[in-house]
Amino acid sequence: MDTGERLSPRARYGMLGFVVLTTPFLLTLGNPALGQSPTPSAPSDSGSGLPPLRWGADAEGGAPYIFYDPERPEQLIGFEVDLIRALERELGRRIEHQQYDFKKLVDGLERGDIDLAMNGLEITPDRQKRVRFSRPYYVFKLQLVTREGETEINSLRDCVEKQARVGTLENTAASRLLEQLRVPTFLYDSQVTPFEDLALGRLDAVLMDVPIVLYHGRNKPGLRLVEPLVSGRGYYAIAFRKDDEELARQFDVALERLLASGELRRIYETWGLWNASQEELYPPNQFGLELAREHTAPQSLEGWSFGSYFPLLLRAVWLTVELTVLSMAVAVVIGLIIAVCRLYGPYPLQLLALCYVEFFRGIPVLLLLYFLYFGLPAIGQVFGWDMALRWSPFVTAVLGLGLNYAAYEAEIYRAAISSIPRAQWEAAASLGLTPTQTFRYVILPQAIRIILPPSTTDFVALFKDTSLAGTITVVELSKQYQILSTSGADYRALVEIGVATALLYLLMAVPLGYLSRRLEERWHAGHLAEGRH
Amino acid sequence: MFEIEIRGLVKRLGGRTILRGIELTIEQGETLAVLGPSGSGKSTLLRCINALTPFDAGQIRVGDIVLRPGKVPRDVAIQVRRQLGMVFQDFALFPHLRAIDNVALGPRLVLGLTKEQARHRAVQLLQRVGLQHRAEAFPAQLSGGEKQRVAIARALAMEPKGLLCDEITSALDPELKWEVLSVLADLKKDGLTMVVVTHEVGFARRVADRLCILSDGQILEVGPPQQVLENPKTARVQQFLARVLT
Repeated sequence: MDTGERLSPRARYGMLGFVVLTTPFLLTLGNPALGQSPTPSAPSDSGSGLPPLRWGADAEGGAPYIFYDPERPEQLIGFEVDLIRALERELGRRIEHQQYDFKKLVDGLERGDIDLAMNGLEITPDRQKRVRFSRPYYVFKLQLVTREGETEINSLRDCVEKQARVGTLENTAASRLLEQLRVPTFLYDSQVTPFEDLALGRLDAVLMDVPIVLYHGRNKPGLRLVEPLVSGRGYYAIAFRKDDEELARQFDVALERLLASGELRRIYETWGLWNASQEELYPPNQFGLELAREHTAPQSLEGWSFGSYFPLLLRAVWLTVELTVLSMAVAVVIGLIIAVCRLYGPYPLQLLALCYVEFFRGIPVLLLLYFLYFGLPAIGQVFGWDMALRWSPFVTAVLGLGLNYAAYEAEIYRAAISSIPRAQWEAAASLGLTPTQTFRYVILPQAIRIILPPSTTDFVALFKDTSLAGTITVVELSKQYQILSTSGADYRALVEIGVATALLYLLMAVPLGYLSRRLEERWHAGHLAEGRH
Repeated sequence: MFEIEIRGLVKRLGGRTILRGIELTIEQGETLAVLGPSGSGKSTLLRCINALTPFDAGQIRVGDIVLRPGKVPRDVAIQVRRQLGMVFQDFALFPHLRAIDNVALGPRLVLGLTKEQARHRAVQLLQRVGLQHRAEAFPAQLSGGEKQRVAIARALAMEPKGLLCDEITSALDPELKWEVLSVLADLKKDGLTMVVVTHEVGFARRVADRLCILSDGQILEVGPPQQVLENPKTARVQQFLARVLT
């Protein structure tokens, strides 16, 4: 059911592998290795005898919360890593890091894959229904970032009035705020790429949690942090299973002690994250859940009905169809050119065409999309034609998918064309037709009958592959599902949305498959009867 | 004066010599039947004449067009093919086109006729081969004999001066052969120059003006059918005819 979600870890993988090569800035991301990695310098088990606790957090692009040290890529660092170490000491119990997709943390708790989730997880009413939050350990505000020299945007109000394109992380306080304000919002699942897109001019501004901005936006040339911070605040807290009350209590106490001893402040100061807002964590403000409830009231999805999300899905369906049709058009045209080059071109051209096919069949579409989206503008900047190579997400998706599928189409076309008997060429030649006329009027019309069934199958595959466009912010159907499903909807709504999304895909794909089979039967029958010369 | 003149024609293919110095002249309006065992080079001879395959030595003259050894320039090839129609053993009809469009395609694309003119001519030619009622059928819906007659109509639509027939009845059931051969007999009456590669000795005897026996890339004997069939000069021709006639 969870089609879109499945892609995202891979997505970030590919991107990291690639982007690291092109933009030195991103080297800070380090090695995105998956799996367990024990927290370094764990304290000696002070006789507790209990198994280590499993701490779920997403270390991919997770700076400054938790990420791999660029200097020593096997080492996890971050202010939350430091905090966990301090908590280990307080509790006298080992805590092991378990790599977990940020958006799945709450599910992971419920499934029992992890014992606690601490990953810049904000207290929201929706999450509170499913987990037990500890006392807050950080008070965050939102900060707007724009480009140097961009004078028009100096506040969130400017974004609203000028309908600026604002990027942020999906399913966060910032994304909910932007949605409420009806600002054109671009949702990302990486903390790095919004700043990249901002620098490249695809966005007018970025709105994110202060810690992220401090880490990723501060040192990036060409960007300007907008002061003052956006008013209102949110709280990071550690999430536990509801029935783990005892464990949660221990953590509450431990956090309180860290706060009182000044240890927490020391950690934040190390990372440059301490600010006046953190004073709120101290008594007598009686921080805690009541406070959190009072001040953070993001829109709850309770009472979400079919009618409220279905229009969103339908809009995504339309975009998916557009994406598929245009990509296929690109694939057909380029595929035919490549096939003709391979069949009839002079040798160097044949070789080039073969290289094209092998190259584009060999690399994952996802990597290609990342290359076109992030790599080309970066390369372009070097040569001074960055504007020409900076395509919109939609255009990038059409080209990326089109170029990739062209390789498959080319092979289908080549096989089909060369399967037309030589006698057809000779018969046409003996009538005085030129090779071009023969190709156009005799060979191609016959080849199309062979091409169409497998090509239709490819079309359906392409249709489903458009979900990859979600990774470069194109909100097609899968991405829309992903966004809806991680928006804190309850299980009933989740199942509903999932089923509706699947049905929409099937509604489009099944008739195509049927059409493909019909064509195959009809044309195949006709052709076989001819006895194939 | 339209004639086909072949002088010292040599064709090699992959180290084998397929044609070894063919000397042959086909006069205007003449029907020449070419007989010979399989592999003797009969089909290659036709393909050389129609510039479908290059040759290695000698010369071929079709009307006033001269083909020389080596790759044939495209415009020369097209000129030759404008003068000569060709019909193939396996029909080679265009399976995606109806009978009428198979016939009309050449006139439309090569002769520059309008669609209506081309279809008009196609109907007339289908009538000539007795298939006007099958004009709208696709090749897959035609019998073997019908297919071959459409193929003949298709070749005639280019108004060629000569017709090359490459074993055009070999793929047909015996009872269908006569309908194709009788079309050829009619064409002869109309004065078309024809080179007919065939195994049908009976047809060759009745219709051909001259008969040519080809074996191992060489002409063993050329002459009036009666003379060649009844008084062969060499033992090899006798042996071949003995096999074919029984």
